[in-house]
Amino acid sequence: MRTIVCIKRVPDSEARVRVSADGRGIDPSGTKFVLNPYDEIALEAALQLKEEAGDGTVTAITVGSDDAKETLRSALAMGADDGVLLRSEGSVDGLTVARALADEVSGRQYDLLLFGKQAIDDDNMQVPAMVAQMLGLPCATVVVDLEIHDGVATAKREVEGGHEIVEFDLPGVVAAQKGLKEPRYPSLKGIMAAKRKPLEEKDIELRAPKIELLELTMPPARPEPQIVGEGPEAVPELVRRLREEAKVL
Amino acid sequence: MADILAFAETRDGALRPVAGEVVAAARSIADQMQGQVLALVIGGPGSTEAASDLARYGADRILVAEDESLSLYNPDVAVEMVASAVAGATPGAILFPASAQGKDLAARVAARLDVALASEVTEIEVENGQPVVTRPMYGGKAYGRFRFLESPALISLRPNVFPASENPRAGTVEALASVAVERKTRVLGLEKAERETLDVREAPVVVAGGRGLQDPDNWKLLEDLVDALGEEATLGASRAVVDAGWRPHSEQVGQTGKVVSPGLYFAVGISGAIQHLAGIRTAGVIVAVNKDAEAPIFGVANYGVVGDLFEVLPRLTEEIRAVRGSDG
Ligand SMILES: Cc1cc2nc3c(=O)[nH]c(=O)nc-3n(C[C@H](O)[C@H](O)[C@H](O)COP(=O)(O)OP(=O)(O)OC[C@H]3O[C@@H](n4cnc5c(N)ncnc54)[C@H](O)[C@@H]3O)c2cc1C
Ligand SMILES: Nc1ncnc2c1ncn2[C@@H]1O[C@H](COP(=O)(O)O)[C@@H](O)[C@H]1O
Repeated sequence: MRTIVCIKRVPDSEARVRVSADGRGIDPSGTKFVLNPYDEIALEAALQLKEEAGDGTVTAITVGSDDAKETLRSALAMGADDGVLLRSEGSVDGLTVARALADEVSGRQYDLLLFGKQAIDDDNMQVPAMVAQMLGLPCATVVVDLEIHDGVATAKREVEGGHEIVEFDLPGVVAAQKGLKEPRYPSLKGIMAAKRKPLEEKDIELRAPKIELLELTMPPARPEPQIVGEGPEAVPELVRRLREEAKVL
Repeated sequence: MADILAFAETRDGALRPVAGEVVAAARSIADQMQGQVLALVIGGPGSTEAASDLARYGADRILVAEDESLSLYNPDVAVEMVASAVAGATPGAILFPASAQGKDLAARVAARLDVALASEVTEIEVENGQPVVTRPMYGGKAYGRFRFLESPALISLRPNVFPASENPRAGTVEALASVAVERKTRVLGLEKAERETLDVREAPVVVAGGRGLQDPDNWKLLEDLVDALGEEATLGASRAVVDAGWRPHSEQVGQTGKVVSPGLYFAVGISGAIQHLAGIRTAGVIVAVNKDAEAPIFGVANYGVVGDLFEVLPRLTEEIRAVRGSDG
């Protein structure tokens, strides 16, 4: 099994987001960055597929700034064999990132391209299906279960009110949803080994985006919270306010 | 002047709840862009009949591809059908629901047409004849406003945010010729959830429980409340209880679960961790029940009750039954 896992460096889900002074992005100072949680799941799936097959490779690729090397190291510490940094400025247009990834992998040999279902910074949920379309590959997104036998992948996709079962011949694209696998913690040995694993760096130029971020703002304020009261005695008053004030009952 | 194409999702030959929302939103921007609304329906037997209902939400023309082989969503087929509809119409924007299917398809179409896509949009304005969209990012911790630099603008709409307002138009139904494509992805089937309830993203009312419920058996308390609230209500869960295996993760609300926008959200025994709050920021009214007056959930809840959920919930269910019953 040769898999390529596309990973992204994102602010920790715990992070408080502040808008930068120019209103065009976030202020990263003091923010902890991590490997996108869904990409961790995708990586875990890749590692297990390799382990089950008894041979193969897991390559982690990221499009990002120099700082993303740290993220690649985390992937190597979890067990990826090698990493590739496609160094560039970020882009708000998922299509440009997908293009860069598609160009990079089209020169490589692989059985499966794995992604997270979503990057928790832009929340786009675009790149995996875009890459599949660009490369003319079969694709399953929001995958919670994946099995591979004799070159055929069977995937379970999470859809509203149930699951869809899809099947395709390798090579193909899978985007991981939570539940697919439980990511492992890197072992000390893994962390040490990561330092010696190959990490390729290439400078690339992303194509011009076709969408423009005009402004990033803080979310609209929620109404002032009200404590209605304590214990079950507060319930009639709560129901009254839901009916008369909020008109939602 | 530009027409708007609205992808109206179906299942089992029936429209999904989001279909009306997408067509109504398309109507509203088409009016501002002086164009027509073309609704696009791809589905199995029954779809044509179901699709005619889209006239109510403002579809001028309804393009339907109905065939047994289209009963289940197939990305390879759907992307080519959308592309062929686009070729015949040159729309200024294409609207999709931000559902599992809609998001998958929208991304495929974006790559197919080589134009940008804005996902999970919560607001669309028309400025200088062009759509400008707002969408939550960073798990709802910030909102981005975007404009498109090329046409058509691809937009997926967060479910439950845009009202399915009625605005009837002619809604002429036309058959869309099917296109021959190789199905690289073979869709074998759809396993429906045991309890046929609304998805947590689609339901107008969500009752979510957290670790404060202490045991999965206690979910009965939440189910009773859902029952009392009627068929518009469904269950949700915090990640803590999903990780514990008490609830399926299709119910998880939050940054790494589902982002929900119901009109009414109950957070019961949920502390309100930042990742949970990320999932409910676009909810209408939030009600929190928690025994800890310092719980962060009270910082965002419109209404809070401090108390033991085991005492508060039964009372709440009873009270809601009473008021709903009296409404007849
Ligand atoms: C990468 C990452 C992603 C995450 N994504 C998500 C996500 O998508 N969604 C999510 O929910 N979480 C997410 N989390 C987890 C999040 O940080 C919290 O751990 C989780 O939300 C806590 O769940 P909880 O509120 O049910 O449990 P707790 O935090 O344990 O809260 C339980 C609450 O119940 C109250 N309680 C206890 N007993 C009673 C009683 N008898 N009556 C009334 N109240 C009572 C307590 O006062 C407490 O406030 C994520 C974490 C990480 C690291
Ligand atoms: N800059 C990037 N570099 C590598 N992979 C990426 C990048 N951006 C997104 N991806 C992949 O695409 C998935 C979905 O991202 P998105 O479409 O941005 O929500 C992520 O989980 C990653 O697997």
